[in-house]
Amino acid sequence: MKKILVMGAGSAIAEATARVFAERGDALFLVGRKADVLESMCADLRVRGAKGVGMHVMDANQFEDHEAMLNMAESALGGLDVVLVAHGTLGDQKACEASAALTLQELSTNGVSVVMLLTRIAARFEQRRAGTIVVISSVAGDRGRQSNYVYGSAKALVTAFTSGLRQRLYPLGVPVITIKPGFVDTPMTAAFPKGPLWAKPQQIAAGIVGAVDRGSASVLYLPSFWRLIMLMIRCIPESVFRRLKL
Amino acid sequence: MTETTFTSWGNVIRTPHESAPLLSRHADFPAAPAQSSLLPYGNGRSYGDSCLNVGAALIPTRGLDRFISLDTASGILTCEAGILLDEMFRVIMPNGWFVPVTPGTRFVTLGGAIANDVHGKNHHAVGTIGRHLVRFELLRSDGQRLICSPTENPQMFSATIGGLGLTGIITWAQLQLRPISGPLMCVERVRFANLDEFLQLQAESDTDFEYTVAWVDCLGTGNQLGRGWFERANHSPTRATLPRAPARGLNIPFAPPFSLVNSASLRIFNTLYYHRPRTRRGERWFESYFYPLDSVSNWNRLYGPRGLYQYQCVIPESAGRDGTAALLNAIARTGQGSFLAVLKAFGALESPGMLSFPRPGLTLALDFPNRGRSLERLFAELDAIVRDTGGRLYPAKDGRMPPELFREGFPRWREFAQYIDPRCSSSFWRRVMDGA
Repeated sequence: MKKILVMGAGSAIAEATARVFAERGDALFLVGRKADVLESMCADLRVRGAKGVGMHVMDANQFEDHEAMLNMAESALGGLDVVLVAHGTLGDQKACEASAALTLQELSTNGVSVVMLLTRIAARFEQRRAGTIVVISSVAGDRGRQSNYVYGSAKALVTAFTSGLRQRLYPLGVPVITIKPGFVDTPMTAAFPKGPLWAKPQQIAAGIVGAVDRGSASVLYLPSFWRLIMLMIRCIPESVFRRLKL
Repeated sequence: MTETTFTSWGNVIRTPHESAPLLSRHADFPAAPAQSSLLPYGNGRSYGDSCLNVGAALIPTRGLDRFISLDTASGILTCEAGILLDEMFRVIMPNGWFVPVTPGTRFVTLGGAIANDVHGKNHHAVGTIGRHLVRFELLRSDGQRLICSPTENPQMFSATIGGLGLTGIITWAQLQLRPISGPLMCVERVRFANLDEFLQLQAESDTDFEYTVAWVDCLGTGNQLGRGWFERANHSPTRATLPRAPARGLNIPFAPPFSLVNSASLRIFNTLYYHRPRTRRGERWFESYFYPLDSVSNWNRLYGPRGLYQYQCVIPESAGRDGTAALLNAIARTGQGSFLAVLKAFGALESPGMLSFPRPGLTLALDFPNRGRSLERLFAELDAIVRDTGGRLYPAKDGRMPPELFREGFPRWREFAQYIDPRCSSSFWRRVMDGA
């Protein structure tokens, strides 16, 4: 049985992943902003077979509460084996362009809050020489595009930060796994027309659980064809890229 | 508001609809689109237009997929209505429970199963799913959340069971499960040469077998009329555990340009199937017993780009034998129809549902490739037989029945209409209300 903390538990990817863990009989501690969502998730995961389920309502931007939340999770679970950091918002790019305050908020939610949390979690796992850290970044962080570069740059921060953290913790046997999902069919993307590149949260979840089981300290594109797509996008020279409407 | 293409299992209608998905049982009834009517849409396994609302909007409910509680001692399951039976099995079967009633596919939502008051091969023993509901919550467009059970809001309970999604959104439901020892079924197969032999088998199997159903060769005529295989089964007392990941079967990735089901392929198939070696009895996994078609994903695509119609009727007990013979004769004469021809005797257990389809008698279900006019001529002939016997067609399977046939077959439709949510409608409902 693994003891798992899920940040941003209400996200579609996090919920799908939590269900897989629950069916295997793991224990979970859910953190999110909406109490009613967390409550109904707790009941659901219990029925699906989770050995224990706890929850805490918190906005990830309340940095001062991170330490207390981690203590709460550890005492509820009786330890901590895996942390899945999955919170985030797909902000409105146009609205961000018109508001510095909103831009800061998006950067904080999707980037800085992740860094703050990981700093605290890394300290704990480093000391114990045990634990697994899984962080949901995004293909959007691989190259800034005009359609969502605020979100993208926050995710770029997460990607770079987890890359360094991975090097630091690898020798200690603490795998840091960076997940880069492509287009995922979730409530967050409900307004977009869907094509063949879109994946279901269940597919992403299966990839995440597989990576946790293997303890593969690496970057995982999900589904894997995104690695190729993003490689091509990164290879486009700036002189061409700046003219593209992406 | 986004437009997405929705279809039903028959693939005859494939149209963009506006949609307003419901993502949580705590969410409000969708406010938009304000101008058009709405209809809850589960997993789209209805065959015709009863799950569609062409020119208006749908409320996809698959997002309501959380369990609420499972009492492993009493077998009472409470869960959201967008959960598929398939998802339910992963949770209930390891605890020794099974659904009390299941249709021929496990890819239906619980809400859809209630809205169509589904029946299974055990109808003669336990009735429809509506009989096993403890209660459910109905979300109405005026914001009311009605708890419905045989004693709380009993009229709305009765209208919603078999109510085709028209009374509002079922957000969650509580179901009494039935205990099982394991996932195996004891199955026995007996060949029969004609309808009388079928009826005899049915009579002698009624009490000893929970599940009975028959395959009929819809091309048999004369002294071969109504020949087929009778299948009777019970849950096996063998204790076995469910394999974690069920094997993935075939998938039909796209529709071939024409129907692969035609009179030539059908004649070969049916003759071989009827004359296959006699396998007497054996144990089978519940999936292969209950859901043989689910092993081929998207099998409906085999019927080509024009899709298929299913014709499922019930002929009342008094006229059962002769009515069914007349139907089979009419079908065999045209050489249409398909391999999938199912005959089943319904029992006398009554459903609480006002528009529930089953009634004591014989039900015959057949798939037909959509051939346009020639098929409509056959259907008109079949309709006349059904009407003469006082029978009716199953709305979940229907995409074309004449409005009068619906209204004669379901005389409680007027009473039902009072309980329709003012914001709900469907293509089916507008069709069968035409001229009323």
